[in-house]
Amino acid sequence: MGSISGWTGAVVGQRSGISGVPDQPSASQDPLLAVSGVGFQYESIDVLEDIDLAVDRGEFVALVGPSGCGKSTLLNLISGVLAPSAGHIEVAGVNGLVSRLGHVSYMQQKDLLLPWRTVSENGRLGLELRGVGATESEAEVAHLAESFGLADVLGSMPWQLSGGMRQRVALLRALLPDNAVLLLDEPFGALDAITRSGLQQWLLNVLDRAEKAVLLVTHDVEEAILLGDRVLVMAPDPGRIVAEVEINLDSVATNGPRITTARDFVETKRQILELLSNGAVSP
Amino acid sequence: MSYLRNSAAVWVPTVIALATLLVVWEVAVWGFGIESWLLAPPSAVFGELYDSPGLLVGHAGTTLTEIILGFAISISIGVVLATGIVWSRVIERSVFPIIIASQTIPIFALAPLLIIWIGTDIMSKVVVVVLFTFFPVVISLVTGLRSVDSEMVDMLRTLGATPYQTFSKLMVPTALPNFFAGMKVAAVVSVIGAVIGEWVGASAGLGWLMKVTPQYQTARIFAAIVVLSVLAMGLFAAVVLWEKWALRKYPATANQVTGLGEP
Repeated sequence: MGSISGWTGAVVGQRSGISGVPDQPSASQDPLLAVSGVGFQYESIDVLEDIDLAVDRGEFVALVGPSGCGKSTLLNLISGVLAPSAGHIEVAGVNGLVSRLGHVSYMQQKDLLLPWRTVSENGRLGLELRGVGATESEAEVAHLAESFGLADVLGSMPWQLSGGMRQRVALLRALLPDNAVLLLDEPFGALDAITRSGLQQWLLNVLDRAEKAVLLVTHDVEEAILLGDRVLVMAPDPGRIVAEVEINLDSVATNGPRITTARDFVETKRQILELLSNGAVSP
Repeated sequence: MSYLRNSAAVWVPTVIALATLLVVWEVAVWGFGIESWLLAPPSAVFGELYDSPGLLVGHAGTTLTEIILGFAISISIGVVLATGIVWSRVIERSVFPIIIASQTIPIFALAPLLIIWIGTDIMSKVVVVVLFTFFPVVISLVTGLRSVDSEMVDMLRTLGATPYQTFSKLMVPTALPNFFAGMKVAAVVSVIGAVIGEWVGASAGLGWLMKVTPQYQTARIFAAIVVLSVLAMGLFAAVVLWEKWALRKYPATANQVTGLGEP
């Protein structure tokens, strides 16, 4: 392993005003997550405008953009915390008439662990809210805890854990209800670089990716390239998707952190940074 | 029982402070030749406690019963009102002004009416205790329930929490530290409530005892006050123990900063 030949980073589509390339939704017929024409206004200011995106089963899509471009708002819309002002959002298996709340796994930058609950009690929260009994849900937490590196701290309180461990508890809590769609909002943004790098590799191993549609929001271009099968580039004022970059890399995990210094990687990073700075200029 | 700490460092400052106060008081009474009916020295007060313990303990029992009943009713009313206020704006807007108005009533003026309405039995005193204690319970609980982090609320919603689940699993645990702060205030003022109730119409209790004791028997009145103080401290300590048990899983340093001036 360790070879990065065959890896390419290519801009497959640019949108609205960046170049002449027309819109090209690249997802297939029945995506697990489909966002179409979604806009969001807050106090009559356009926060998001005409967002189209689709994430297939087994796909990991990274959404990269500057701070304040509405990335987190978009995830709040998809999870059902906020309601869009325009357009619609479909999540496979969720009837359009019922709320998506509780049917989309959502992990945020802050771990948001309840300080009076042990790791195990925090981890099983989602199951508990669905009425799963303590014994059964704790068994499910314990089952996952091994691969999450949390087996020894299940009885610990959150304040006894490191930041990286707390984030893993938060991910475990988000994943346990076993929803098909997983949203990650800067999941490692508050961590130091070494911990973050380790967790990025670990995340790819621990996720049951074949069964899920994952949408990652980040302002870290390297993280987007490392984790994403596709990278969507956002621009602010109002928040919109301006380009889509296909990442073809067989196994980031086996390549390790060295990948970030490979020539093709750097080239793709340059491309995306360029798209970001173009997008920053309002049309 | 790891939440019970008991070391010399905890008790020594308290004991020294109290002992100093008593010694200065005693020396001042003798030194300045103050008449004991004007200001009884601690020795006379403790002599009174020693001579008639049955009398004081018996009346203290009556007062304590009123306090505990009133406090329990206050907590129940407080929890219901605070929950309603946080749950619904309509309830908040209709109930809050009445709650605040209830605190402007000079209870000394109302107490004689309470005796007429309810009678001279224990309930009239219990009602006065409730009027004194439910307010800090409501206010602290409303503040605590509202101090919840909106991001936490959204996190629970994404996990599919119902409003009731958000309330019970997030808001109530968040409110506990504030709730106990309010209960500590209530524990201490409950003693005042009981004494005022007894002062106006009763046939037993420390407040009644102070009222019927001739004014010149200052030592006995002071002895009753000492017993009342001990009751208040006991109630306060009981709330503190309850708090330590209820918050035993909470981060130890998150809620409290003490000893800022110490090295």
